[in-house]
Amino acid sequence: MTTVPYTRLEVLRTFRNVRFFLFSIAFPLLLFYIVAGTNRHARLAGIPFPLYYMAGMASWGAMASVMAGGARISLERSVGWTRQMRITPLSTFAYFRAKVLSGYVMAAVSLALLFAAGLTLGVRLSVGHWFEMTGLMLVGLVPFVVLGILLGHLLNSESMGPALGGIVAIFALIGGAWGPIARSGTLHSIAKAIPSYWLVQAAHVSLGAGVWGARGWIVLAAWTLVLLRLTVRVYRRDTARI
Amino acid sequence: MAPNPAIVLSGLAKSYGAVEAVRGVDLTIAHGETVAILGPNGAGKTTTIDMMLGLARPDSGTVSVFGRTPAQAVASGAIGGMLQTGTLLRDLSVRELVTMVASLYPNPLGVDEVLGVTATAEIADRRTHKLSGGQTQRVRFAMALVSNPDLLVLDEPTAALDVSSRRDFWAIMRRSAAGGKTVVFATHYLEEADAYADRIVFMTRGKIVADGPATEIKARVGHRSIRATLVDADPEELRALRGVLSVDRRGESIVLRCQESDQALRDLLLRYPAVRDIEVTGAGLEDAFIELTGDPAEEDDQRSEGAA
Repeated sequence: MTTVPYTRLEVLRTFRNVRFFLFSIAFPLLLFYIVAGTNRHARLAGIPFPLYYMAGMASWGAMASVMAGGARISLERSVGWTRQMRITPLSTFAYFRAKVLSGYVMAAVSLALLFAAGLTLGVRLSVGHWFEMTGLMLVGLVPFVVLGILLGHLLNSESMGPALGGIVAIFALIGGAWGPIARSGTLHSIAKAIPSYWLVQAAHVSLGAGVWGARGWIVLAAWTLVLLRLTVRVYRRDTARI
Repeated sequence: MAPNPAIVLSGLAKSYGAVEAVRGVDLTIAHGETVAILGPNGAGKTTTIDMMLGLARPDSGTVSVFGRTPAQAVASGAIGGMLQTGTLLRDLSVRELVTMVASLYPNPLGVDEVLGVTATAEIADRRTHKLSGGQTQRVRFAMALVSNPDLLVLDEPTAALDVSSRRDFWAIMRRSAAGGKTVVFATHYLEEADAYADRIVFMTRGKIVADGPATEIKARVGHRSIRATLVDADPEELRALRGVLSVDRRGESIVLRCQESDQALRDLLLRYPAVRDIEVTGAGLEDAFIELTGDPAEEDDQRSEGAA
Protein backbone atom coordinates (compact mmCIF):
# COMPACT_ATOMS: atom_id res chain seq x y z
CA MET A 1 0.00 0.00 0.00
CA THR A 2 1.18 3.49 -0.82
CA THR A 3 -0.54 6.81 -0.46
CA VAL A 4 1.22 8.37 -3.46
CA PRO A 5 -1.58 7.68 -5.99
CA TYR A 6 -4.15 8.87 -3.46
CA THR A 7 -2.33 12.14 -2.90
CA ARG A 8 -1.64 12.60 -6.63
CA LEU A 9 -5.34 12.18 -7.49
CA GLU A 10 -6.30 14.48 -4.64
CA VAL A 11 -4.13 17.21 -6.19
CA LEU A 12 -5.49 16.43 -9.65
CA ARG A 13 -9.04 16.91 -8.37
CA THR A 14 -8.21 20.38 -7.13
CA PHE A 15 -6.77 21.35 -10.52
CA ARG A 16 -10.01 20.26 -12.17
CA ASN A 17 -12.11 22.47 -9.95
CA VAL A 18 -12.78 25.48 -12.18
CA ARG A 19 -14.43 27.58 -9.46
CA PHE A 20 -11.30 27.23 -7.41
CA PHE A 21 -9.15 28.79 -10.08
CA LEU A 22 -11.57 31.64 -10.48
CA PHE A 23 -11.73 32.62 -6.82
CA SER A 24 -8.29 31.74 -5.54
CA ILE A 25 -6.15 32.70 -8.52
CA ALA A 26 -7.95 34.70 -11.20
CA PHE A 27 -9.42 37.33 -8.85
CA PRO A 28 -6.16 38.22 -7.05
CA LEU A 29 -4.33 38.26 -10.40
CA LEU A 30 -6.90 40.56 -11.97
CA LEU A 31 -6.93 42.92 -8.99
CA PHE A 32 -3.13 43.03 -9.01
CA TYR A 33 -3.03 44.22 -12.63
CA ILE A 34 -5.81 46.76 -12.09
CA VAL A 35 -4.44 48.32 -8.90
CA ALA A 36 -0.69 47.87 -9.23
CA GLY A 37 -0.79 48.64 -12.95
CA THR A 38 -2.10 52.14 -12.26
CA ASN A 39 0.41 52.71 -9.42
CA ARG A 40 3.43 51.21 -11.10
CA HIS A 41 5.93 53.79 -9.98
CA ALA A 42 4.43 54.63 -6.60
CA ARG A 43 5.70 53.38 -3.26
CA LEU A 44 3.72 51.79 -0.44
CA ALA A 45 4.86 51.10 3.15
CA GLY A 46 8.46 51.86 2.21
CA ILE A 47 8.70 49.50 -0.79
CA PRO A 48 7.67 49.73 -4.47
CA PHE A 49 3.89 49.62 -4.87
CA PRO A 50 3.85 46.62 -7.27
CA LEU A 51 6.05 44.59 -4.87
CA TYR A 52 3.75 45.29 -1.93
CA TYR A 53 0.65 44.56 -3.94
CA MET A 54 2.13 41.43 -5.45
CA ALA A 55 2.80 40.02 -1.97
CA GLY A 56 -0.64 41.17 -0.81
CA MET A 57 -2.53 39.51 -3.66
CA ALA A 58 -0.34 36.39 -3.46
CA SER A 59 -1.12 36.16 0.27
CA TRP A 60 -4.83 36.49 -0.42
CA GLY A 61 -4.81 33.79 -3.11
CA ALA A 62 -2.52 31.46 -1.17
CA MET A 63 -4.60 31.79 2.01
CA ALA A 64 -7.72 30.90 0.03
CA SER A 65 -5.87 27.95 -1.55
CA VAL A 66 -4.60 26.31 1.61
CA MET A 67 -7.86 26.89 3.47
CA ALA A 68 -9.86 25.40 0.61
CA GLY A 69 -7.79 22.21 0.95
CA GLY A 70 -9.04 21.58 4.48
CA ALA A 71 -12.47 23.04 3.85
CA ARG A 72 -13.18 20.33 1.28
CA ILE A 73 -13.33 17.89 4.19
CA SER A 74 -16.74 19.39 4.94
CA LEU A 75 -18.15 18.32 1.59
CA GLU A 76 -16.52 14.89 1.86
CA ARG A 77 -18.12 14.42 5.27
CA SER A 78 -21.56 15.45 4.03
CA VAL A 79 -21.56 13.03 1.10
CA GLY A 80 -20.29 10.11 3.19
CA TRP A 81 -16.86 9.93 1.57
CA THR A 82 -15.03 10.36 4.88
CA ARG A 83 -16.87 7.35 6.30
CA GLN A 84 -16.00 5.36 3.20
CA MET A 85 -12.31 6.26 3.65
CA ARG A 86 -12.45 5.29 7.31
CA ILE A 87 -13.05 1.65 6.35
CA THR A 88 -9.98 1.62 4.08
CA PRO A 89 -6.38 1.33 5.31
CA LEU A 90 -5.87 5.05 4.57
CA SER A 91 -4.78 6.54 7.88
CA THR A 92 -6.24 9.75 9.25
CA PHE A 93 -2.75 11.23 9.01
CA ALA A 94 -2.42 10.38 5.32
CA TYR A 95 -5.92 11.73 4.67
CA PHE A 96 -5.00 15.09 6.20
CA ARG A 97 -1.58 15.10 4.59
CA ALA A 98 -3.17 14.84 1.14
CA LYS A 99 -5.44 17.79 1.97
CA VAL A 100 -2.50 19.85 3.21
CA LEU A 101 -0.35 18.96 0.20
CA SER A 102 -3.04 19.73 -2.35
CA GLY A 103 -3.65 23.04 -0.55
CA TYR A 104 0.05 23.85 -0.72
CA VAL A 105 0.37 22.86 -4.39
CA MET A 106 -2.48 25.26 -5.17
CA ALA A 107 -0.88 27.95 -3.02
CA ALA A 108 2.38 27.46 -4.91
CA VAL A 109 0.53 27.94 -8.22
CA SER A 110 -1.05 31.07 -6.81
CA LEU A 111 2.31 32.47 -5.65
CA ALA A 112 4.08 31.58 -8.91
CA LEU A 113 1.46 33.27 -11.08
CA LEU A 114 1.42 36.42 -8.94
CA PHE A 115 5.22 36.58 -8.87
CA ALA A 116 5.30 36.22 -12.65
CA ALA A 117 2.74 39.00 -12.87
CA GLY A 118 4.94 41.07 -10.56
CA LEU A 119 7.90 40.63 -12.91
CA THR A 120 5.83 41.98 -15.81
CA LEU A 121 5.11 45.13 -13.78
CA GLY A 122 8.77 45.66 -12.97
CA VAL A 123 9.14 43.98 -9.57
CA ARG A 124 12.82 43.21 -9.11
CA LEU A 125 14.41 41.29 -6.25
CA SER A 126 17.65 39.36 -5.92
CA VAL A 127 17.35 35.58 -6.31
CA GLY A 128 18.07 35.22 -2.60
CA HIS A 129 15.28 37.60 -1.70
CA TRP A 130 12.79 35.83 -3.97
CA PHE A 131 13.59 32.58 -2.18
CA GLU A 132 13.45 34.17 1.24
CA MET A 133 10.09 35.79 0.54
CA THR A 134 8.64 32.56 -0.85
CA GLY A 135 9.92 30.58 2.13
CA LEU A 136 8.47 33.05 4.63
CA MET A 137 5.12 33.02 2.88
CA LEU A 138 4.97 29.21 2.83
CA VAL A 139 5.67 29.16 6.58
CA GLY A 140 3.19 31.99 7.15
CA LEU A 141 0.47 29.85 5.55
CA VAL A 142 0.72 27.14 8.22
CA PRO A 143 -1.94 28.59 10.58
CA PHE A 144 -4.31 28.93 7.62
CA VAL A 145 -3.82 25.28 6.67
CA VAL A 146 -4.90 24.31 10.18
CA LEU A 147 -7.79 26.80 10.11
CA GLY A 148 -9.03 25.20 6.88
CA ILE A 149 -9.12 21.74 8.48
CA LEU A 150 -10.85 23.20 11.55
CA LEU A 151 -13.54 24.79 9.39
CA GLY A 152 -13.88 21.55 7.43
CA HIS A 153 -15.00 19.81 10.61
CA LEU A 154 -16.94 22.72 12.08
CA LEU A 155 -19.13 23.91 9.23
CA ASN A 156 -21.48 22.12 6.88
CA SER A 157 -20.87 22.21 3.16
CA GLU A 158 -23.70 24.69 2.46
CA SER A 159 -22.27 27.39 4.70
CA MET A 160 -18.67 26.69 3.71
CA GLY A 161 -18.54 28.84 0.56
CA PRO A 162 -19.64 32.14 2.08
CA ALA A 163 -17.83 31.43 5.38
CA LEU A 164 -14.55 30.74 3.63
CA GLY A 165 -14.81 33.79 1.38
CA GLY A 166 -15.66 36.03 4.34
CA ILE A 167 -12.95 34.71 6.64
CA VAL A 168 -10.26 34.96 3.97
CA ALA A 169 -11.41 38.51 3.15
CA ILE A 170 -11.23 39.59 6.81
CA PHE A 171 -7.74 38.15 7.24
CA ALA A 172 -6.63 39.72 3.96
CA LEU A 173 -8.08 43.11 4.92
CA ILE A 174 -6.64 43.27 8.46
CA GLY A 175 -3.37 41.77 7.28
CA GLY A 176 -3.02 44.59 4.77
CA ALA A 177 -3.24 42.50 1.60
CA TRP A 178 -5.08 45.35 -0.13
CA GLY A 179 -2.88 48.00 1.51
CA PRO A 180 -1.93 48.64 5.14
CA ILE A 181 -5.01 49.40 7.28
CA ALA A 182 -3.04 51.64 9.67
CA ARG A 183 0.55 52.82 10.14
CA SER A 184 0.29 53.20 13.92
CA GLY A 185 -2.15 53.06 16.82
CA THR A 186 -4.56 50.38 18.02
CA LEU A 187 -5.54 49.12 14.58
CA HIS A 188 -1.87 48.65 13.70
CA SER A 189 -1.28 46.71 16.93
CA ILE A 190 -4.26 44.49 16.19
CA ALA A 191 -2.99 43.83 12.67
CA LYS A 192 0.41 42.80 14.05
CA ALA A 193 -1.29 40.08 16.14
CA ILE A 194 -2.87 38.54 13.03
CA PRO A 195 -0.90 35.93 11.02
CA SER A 196 -1.91 37.33 7.62
CA TYR A 197 -0.12 40.60 8.50
CA TRP A 198 3.18 38.70 8.60
CA LEU A 199 2.34 36.91 5.38
CA VAL A 200 2.08 40.27 3.60
CA GLN A 201 5.15 41.58 5.44
CA ALA A 202 7.24 38.94 3.67
CA ALA A 203 7.39 41.50 0.85
CA HIS A 204 9.82 43.53 2.97
CA VAL A 205 12.71 41.06 2.55
CA SER A 206 14.65 43.59 0.49
CA LEU A 207 14.77 46.01 3.43
CA GLY A 208 17.19 43.81 5.34
CA ALA A 209 17.43 40.77 7.55
CA GLY A 210 14.77 39.72 10.03
CA VAL A 211 11.60 40.83 8.26
CA TRP A 212 9.44 39.13 10.84
CA GLY A 213 11.50 39.49 13.97
CA ALA A 214 10.63 37.56 17.12
CA ARG A 215 7.15 39.06 17.17
CA GLY A 216 6.18 37.63 13.78
CA TRP A 217 7.39 34.14 14.63
CA ILE A 218 5.63 34.19 18.00
CA VAL A 219 2.32 35.33 16.47
CA LEU A 220 2.47 32.58 13.84
CA ALA A 221 3.44 29.89 16.35
CA ALA A 222 0.73 30.94 18.82
CA TRP A 223 -2.02 30.95 16.18
CA THR A 224 -0.87 27.58 14.87
CA LEU A 225 -0.84 25.97 18.32
CA VAL A 226 -4.22 27.35 19.37
CA LEU A 227 -5.85 26.37 16.07
CA LEU A 228 -4.28 22.89 16.27
CA ARG A 229 -5.72 22.34 19.75
CA LEU A 230 -9.15 23.48 18.61
CA THR A 231 -8.94 21.28 15.53
CA VAL A 232 -8.04 18.18 17.54
CA ARG A 233 -10.96 18.84 19.89
CA VAL A 234 -13.46 19.41 17.07
CA TYR A 235 -12.15 16.40 15.13
CA ARG A 236 -12.60 14.12 18.16
CA ARG A 237 -16.13 15.36 18.78
CA ASP A 238 -16.96 15.02 15.11
CA THR A 239 -15.73 11.45 14.68
CA ALA A 240 -17.09 10.19 18.01
CA ARG A 241 -20.59 11.15 16.93
CA ILE A 242 -20.57 9.24 13.67
CA MET B 1 -18.15 -23.40 14.10
CA ALA B 2 -14.62 -23.15 12.77
CA PRO B 3 -11.85 -22.83 15.36
CA ASN B 4 -10.89 -19.34 14.17
CA PRO B 5 -14.06 -17.50 13.29
CA ALA B 6 -13.87 -14.46 11.01
CA ILE B 7 -16.19 -12.31 13.09
CA VAL B 8 -17.27 -12.55 16.69
CA LEU B 9 -19.79 -10.09 18.07
CA SER B 10 -20.68 -10.57 21.71
CA GLY B 11 -23.21 -8.73 23.79
CA LEU B 12 -23.26 -5.76 21.44
CA ALA B 13 -25.49 -2.86 22.43
CA LYS B 14 -25.71 0.66 21.09
CA SER B 15 -28.16 3.49 21.71
CA TYR B 16 -28.51 6.80 19.95
CA GLY B 17 -30.05 9.05 22.56
CA ALA B 18 -33.28 7.37 23.67
CA VAL B 19 -33.30 5.00 20.69
CA GLU B 20 -31.91 1.56 21.46
CA ALA B 21 -30.64 0.67 18.00
CA VAL B 22 -28.96 -2.60 18.97
CA ARG B 23 -29.95 -4.48 22.11
CA GLY B 24 -27.63 -7.38 22.78
CA VAL B 25 -26.36 -9.03 19.61
CA ASP B 26 -24.26 -12.19 19.73
CA LEU B 27 -23.07 -13.46 16.38
CA THR B 28 -20.21 -15.63 15.16
CA ILE B 29 -19.41 -15.82 11.46
CA ALA B 30 -16.99 -18.40 10.08
CA HIS B 31 -14.37 -17.86 7.36
CA GLY B 32 -15.85 -18.07 3.90
CA GLU B 33 -19.46 -17.81 4.98
CA THR B 34 -21.90 -15.59 3.09
CA VAL B 35 -24.29 -14.18 5.64
CA ALA B 36 -27.32 -12.00 5.08
CA ILE B 37 -28.48 -9.76 7.86
CA LEU B 38 -32.16 -9.51 7.12
CA GLY B 39 -34.65 -7.24 8.77
CA PRO B 40 -37.11 -4.42 8.26
CA ASN B 41 -36.01 -0.79 8.38
CA GLY B 42 -34.88 0.25 11.83
CA ALA B 43 -34.00 -3.30 12.87
CA GLY B 44 -30.44 -2.31 13.80
CA LYS B 45 -28.72 -3.82 10.77
CA THR B 46 -26.70 -0.73 9.86
CA THR B 47 -25.72 -0.03 13.46
CA THR B 48 -24.50 -3.62 13.83
CA ILE B 49 -22.48 -3.31 10.61
CA ASP B 50 -21.07 0.07 11.68
CA MET B 51 -19.81 -1.51 14.90
CA MET B 52 -18.37 -4.43 12.92
CA LEU B 53 -16.42 -1.91 10.81
CA GLY B 54 -15.37 0.28 13.72
CA LEU B 55 -17.45 3.22 12.50
CA ALA B 56 -19.52 3.18 15.68
CA ARG B 57 -18.34 2.41 19.18
CA PRO B 58 -20.53 -0.09 21.04
CA ASP B 59 -21.99 1.06 24.37
CA SER B 60 -21.26 -2.44 25.61
CA GLY B 61 -20.03 -5.72 24.17
CA THR B 62 -17.06 -6.55 21.97
CA VAL B 63 -16.27 -6.91 18.29
CA SER B 64 -13.51 -9.10 16.94
CA VAL B 65 -12.67 -9.29 13.21
CA PHE B 66 -10.09 -11.94 12.30
CA GLY B 67 -9.09 -11.94 15.98
CA ARG B 68 -8.35 -8.22 16.01
CA THR B 69 -10.21 -5.01 16.70
CA PRO B 70 -12.14 -3.55 13.75
CA ALA B 71 -9.64 -0.66 13.58
CA GLN B 72 -6.69 -3.06 13.28
CA ALA B 73 -8.51 -5.17 10.68
CA VAL B 74 -9.35 -2.04 8.67
CA ALA B 75 -5.78 -0.72 8.90
CA SER B 76 -4.37 -4.01 7.58
CA GLY B 77 -6.67 -3.88 4.57
CA ALA B 78 -8.63 -6.98 5.56
CA ILE B 79 -12.00 -5.27 5.16
CA GLY B 80 -13.63 -3.84 2.09
CA GLY B 81 -17.06 -2.42 2.21
CA MET B 82 -19.93 -0.62 0.66
CA LEU B 83 -21.82 1.55 3.10
CA GLN B 84 -25.52 2.20 2.83
CA THR B 85 -25.20 5.89 2.08
CA GLY B 86 -22.58 7.91 0.36
CA THR B 87 -21.79 9.29 -3.05
CA LEU B 88 -18.54 9.38 -4.94
CA LEU B 89 -15.71 11.86 -4.79
CA ARG B 90 -16.22 14.41 -7.59
CA ASP B 91 -13.77 15.71 -10.19
CA LEU B 92 -12.33 12.26 -10.89
CA SER B 93 -13.12 9.69 -13.56
CA VAL B 94 -14.54 6.31 -12.58
CA ARG B 95 -11.23 4.64 -13.44
CA GLU B 96 -9.24 7.16 -11.38
CA LEU B 97 -11.51 6.72 -8.39
CA VAL B 98 -11.31 2.92 -8.48
CA THR B 99 -7.52 3.17 -8.94
CA MET B 100 -7.34 5.51 -5.95
CA VAL B 101 -9.13 3.01 -3.71
CA ALA B 102 -7.13 0.05 -5.09
CA SER B 103 -3.86 1.82 -4.26
CA LEU B 104 -4.76 1.87 -0.57
CA TYR B 105 -4.99 -1.93 -0.25
CA PRO B 106 -2.21 -4.52 0.02
CA ASN B 107 -3.62 -7.04 -2.53
CA PRO B 108 -5.96 -5.20 -4.85
CA LEU B 109 -7.52 -6.79 -7.91
CA GLY B 110 -6.70 -5.36 -11.32
CA VAL B 111 -8.65 -2.17 -11.97
CA ASP B 112 -9.60 -3.12 -15.53
CA GLU B 113 -10.71 -6.56 -14.42
CA VAL B 114 -13.00 -5.07 -11.77
CA LEU B 115 -14.37 -2.43 -14.16
CA GLY B 116 -15.21 -5.25 -16.54
CA VAL B 117 -16.87 -7.45 -13.95
CA THR B 118 -18.96 -4.63 -12.48
CA ALA B 119 -20.11 -3.42 -15.90
CA THR B 120 -18.47 -0.05 -15.39
CA ALA B 121 -15.86 -0.35 -18.15
CA GLU B 122 -17.98 1.65 -20.59
CA ILE B 123 -18.24 4.54 -18.12
CA ALA B 124 -14.61 4.28 -16.94
CA ASP B 125 -13.61 7.66 -18.35
CA ARG B 126 -16.72 9.51 -17.25
CA ARG B 127 -16.53 11.93 -14.30
CA THR B 128 -18.05 10.50 -11.15
CA HIS B 129 -20.58 13.31 -10.67
CA LYS B 130 -22.14 12.65 -14.07
CA LEU B 131 -23.43 9.13 -13.36
CA SER B 132 -26.95 7.79 -12.86
CA GLY B 133 -28.01 6.24 -9.56
CA GLY B 134 -27.51 2.70 -10.81
CA GLN B 135 -24.09 3.54 -12.28
CA THR B 136 -23.01 5.21 -9.03
CA GLN B 137 -24.02 2.12 -7.10
CA ARG B 138 -22.03 -0.12 -9.49
CA VAL B 139 -18.96 2.09 -9.06
CA ARG B 140 -19.34 1.94 -5.28
CA PHE B 141 -19.47 -1.83 -5.60
CA ALA B 142 -16.37 -1.76 -7.83
CA MET B 143 -14.57 0.18 -5.09
CA ALA B 144 -15.47 -2.48 -2.52
CA LEU B 145 -14.51 -5.29 -4.87
CA VAL B 146 -11.16 -3.92 -6.09
CA SER B 147 -9.88 -3.86 -2.51
CA ASN B 148 -9.96 -7.67 -2.63
CA PRO B 149 -10.50 -7.98 1.12
CA ASP B 150 -10.88 -11.11 3.24
CA LEU B 151 -14.15 -9.68 4.52
CA LEU B 152 -16.56 -7.93 2.19
CA VAL B 153 -19.32 -5.98 3.94
CA LEU B 154 -22.24 -4.60 1.96
CA ASP B 155 -24.87 -2.53 3.73
CA GLU B 156 -28.11 -2.67 1.71
CA PRO B 157 -26.25 -2.51 -1.58
CA THR B 158 -29.43 -2.61 -3.64
CA ALA B 159 -31.65 -0.34 -1.53
CA ALA B 160 -31.49 2.53 -4.01
CA LEU B 161 -31.97 0.37 -7.11
CA ASP B 162 -35.00 -0.57 -9.19
CA VAL B 163 -35.91 -4.21 -9.70
CA SER B 164 -33.89 -4.83 -12.86
CA SER B 165 -30.77 -3.04 -11.53
CA ARG B 166 -31.13 -5.10 -8.39
CA ARG B 167 -31.10 -8.29 -10.42
CA ASP B 168 -28.05 -7.06 -12.38
CA PHE B 169 -26.25 -6.24 -9.17
CA TRP B 170 -26.63 -9.73 -7.76
CA ALA B 171 -25.67 -11.29 -11.08
CA ILE B 172 -22.43 -9.28 -10.93
CA MET B 173 -21.96 -10.20 -7.30
CA ARG B 174 -22.38 -13.88 -8.07
CA ARG B 175 -19.88 -13.68 -10.94
CA SER B 176 -17.27 -11.79 -9.00
CA ALA B 177 -17.19 -12.80 -5.36
CA ALA B 178 -14.23 -15.09 -5.28
CA GLY B 179 -14.37 -18.24 -3.20
CA GLY B 180 -12.95 -18.14 0.29
CA LYS B 181 -14.09 -14.62 1.02
CA THR B 182 -16.32 -13.90 3.96
CA VAL B 183 -19.27 -11.82 2.83
CA VAL B 184 -21.76 -10.06 5.10
CA PHE B 185 -24.59 -8.09 3.59
CA ALA B 186 -27.65 -6.36 4.98
CA THR B 187 -30.93 -6.39 3.14
CA HIS B 188 -34.63 -6.07 3.72
CA TYR B 189 -35.54 -8.37 0.87
CA LEU B 190 -36.10 -12.00 1.87
CA GLU B 191 -35.65 -13.13 -1.76
CA GLU B 192 -32.21 -11.48 -1.90
CA ALA B 193 -31.10 -13.07 1.33
CA ASP B 194 -32.43 -16.46 0.23
CA ALA B 195 -30.92 -16.29 -3.25
CA TYR B 196 -27.47 -15.19 -2.26
CA ALA B 197 -26.64 -16.09 1.35
CA ASP B 198 -25.68 -19.43 2.89
CA ARG B 199 -27.02 -18.21 6.16
CA ILE B 200 -29.61 -15.68 7.22
CA VAL B 201 -29.51 -13.70 10.44
CA PHE B 202 -32.90 -12.18 11.00
CA MET B 203 -32.95 -8.97 13.07
CA THR B 204 -35.84 -6.95 14.36
CA ARG B 205 -35.90 -4.18 16.94
CA GLY B 206 -32.21 -4.41 17.68
CA LYS B 207 -32.11 -8.15 18.31
CA ILE B 208 -31.41 -11.33 16.39
CA VAL B 209 -34.66 -13.30 16.30
CA ALA B 210 -33.59 -16.11 13.99
CA ASP B 211 -30.29 -17.40 12.69
CA GLY B 212 -29.73 -20.38 10.45
CA PRO B 213 -29.21 -21.75 6.95
CA ALA B 214 -31.08 -19.73 4.34
CA THR B 215 -33.38 -22.61 3.44
CA GLU B 216 -34.33 -23.15 7.07
CA ILE B 217 -35.09 -19.50 7.76
CA LYS B 218 -37.07 -19.31 4.59
CA ALA B 219 -39.08 -22.37 5.58
CA ARG B 220 -39.81 -20.82 8.95
CA VAL B 221 -40.75 -17.39 7.72
CA GLY B 222 -41.38 -17.88 4.05
CA HIS B 223 -44.96 -19.06 4.07
CA ARG B 224 -46.46 -19.02 0.64
CA SER B 225 -49.86 -18.17 -0.63
CA ILE B 226 -51.73 -19.88 -3.44
CA ARG B 227 -54.05 -17.57 -5.31
CA ALA B 228 -56.47 -19.05 -7.86
CA THR B 229 -59.85 -18.70 -9.48
CA LEU B 230 -62.30 -21.32 -8.28
CA VAL B 231 -66.07 -21.02 -8.37
CA ASP B 232 -68.33 -22.68 -5.79
CA ALA B 233 -65.77 -24.20 -3.47
CA ASP B 234 -66.50 -24.68 0.16
CA PRO B 235 -63.92 -22.82 2.31
CA GLU B 236 -64.18 -25.52 4.99
CA GLU B 237 -63.20 -28.20 2.48
CA LEU B 238 -60.36 -26.07 1.16
CA ARG B 239 -58.96 -25.60 4.63
CA ALA B 240 -58.96 -29.37 5.08
CA LEU B 241 -56.40 -29.72 2.26
CA ARG B 242 -52.98 -30.81 3.49
CA GLY B 243 -50.57 -27.93 4.09
CA VAL B 244 -53.16 -25.17 4.16
CA LEU B 245 -53.24 -22.80 7.13
CA SER B 246 -56.10 -20.51 6.24
CA VAL B 247 -58.51 -19.71 3.45
CA ASP B 248 -59.76 -16.42 2.16
CA ARG B 249 -62.52 -16.10 -0.46
CA ARG B 250 -62.89 -12.98 -2.56
CA GLY B 251 -65.71 -13.51 -5.02
CA GLU B 252 -64.52 -16.12 -7.48
CA SER B 253 -60.93 -16.07 -6.30
CA ILE B 254 -59.46 -17.90 -3.36
CA VAL B 255 -56.27 -17.31 -1.39
CA LEU B 256 -54.79 -20.22 0.54
CA ARG B 257 -52.08 -19.35 3.04
CA CYS B 258 -49.89 -22.44 3.22
CA GLN B 259 -47.37 -24.11 5.43
CA GLU B 260 -46.58 -26.56 2.62
CA SER B 261 -47.56 -24.93 -0.63
CA ASP B 262 -46.33 -27.80 -2.84
CA GLN B 263 -48.49 -30.34 -1.03
CA ALA B 264 -51.48 -28.01 -0.95
CA LEU B 265 -51.17 -27.34 -4.67
CA ARG B 266 -51.13 -31.06 -5.52
CA ASP B 267 -54.25 -31.68 -3.46
CA LEU B 268 -55.95 -28.61 -4.86
CA LEU B 269 -55.41 -29.67 -8.46
CA LEU B 270 -56.48 -33.23 -7.74
CA ARG B 271 -59.63 -32.30 -5.84
CA TYR B 272 -60.73 -29.35 -7.97
CA PRO B 273 -59.99 -29.88 -11.67
CA ALA B 274 -61.81 -26.61 -12.43
CA VAL B 275 -59.23 -24.48 -10.63
CA ARG B 276 -57.41 -21.97 -12.90
CA ASP B 277 -55.20 -18.83 -12.89
CA ILE B 278 -52.98 -20.32 -10.18
CA GLU B 279 -50.29 -18.11 -8.63
CA VAL B 280 -47.93 -19.09 -5.83
CA THR B 281 -46.27 -16.18 -4.04
CA GLY B 282 -43.80 -15.91 -1.19
CA ALA B 283 -44.63 -14.12 2.01
CA GLY B 284 -43.36 -10.59 2.55
CA LEU B 285 -40.94 -9.61 5.25
CA GLU B 286 -43.79 -8.19 7.31
CA ASP B 287 -45.36 -11.66 7.52
CA ALA B 288 -41.99 -13.14 8.43
CA PHE B 289 -41.59 -10.52 11.11
CA ILE B 290 -44.97 -11.42 12.64
CA GLU B 291 -44.15 -15.09 12.37
CA LEU B 292 -40.86 -14.80 14.23
CA THR B 293 -41.64 -12.24 16.86
CA GLY B 294 -45.07 -13.75 17.52
CA ASP B 295 -46.52 -10.33 18.18
CA PRO B 296 -49.79 -11.38 19.93
CA ALA B 297 -52.04 -8.66 18.55
CA GLU B 298 -50.94 -9.39 15.02
CA GLU B 299 -51.27 -13.11 15.52
CA ASP B 300 -54.85 -12.77 16.77
CA ASP B 301 -55.68 -10.84 13.64
CA GLN B 302 -54.30 -13.67 11.54
CA ARG B 303 -56.34 -16.26 13.41
CA SER B 304 -59.61 -14.41 13.17
CA GLU B 305 -58.98 -13.95 9.47
CA GLY B 306 -58.42 -17.68 9.16
CA ALA B 307 -61.63 -18.49 11.02
CA ALA B 308 -63.83 -16.06 9.15
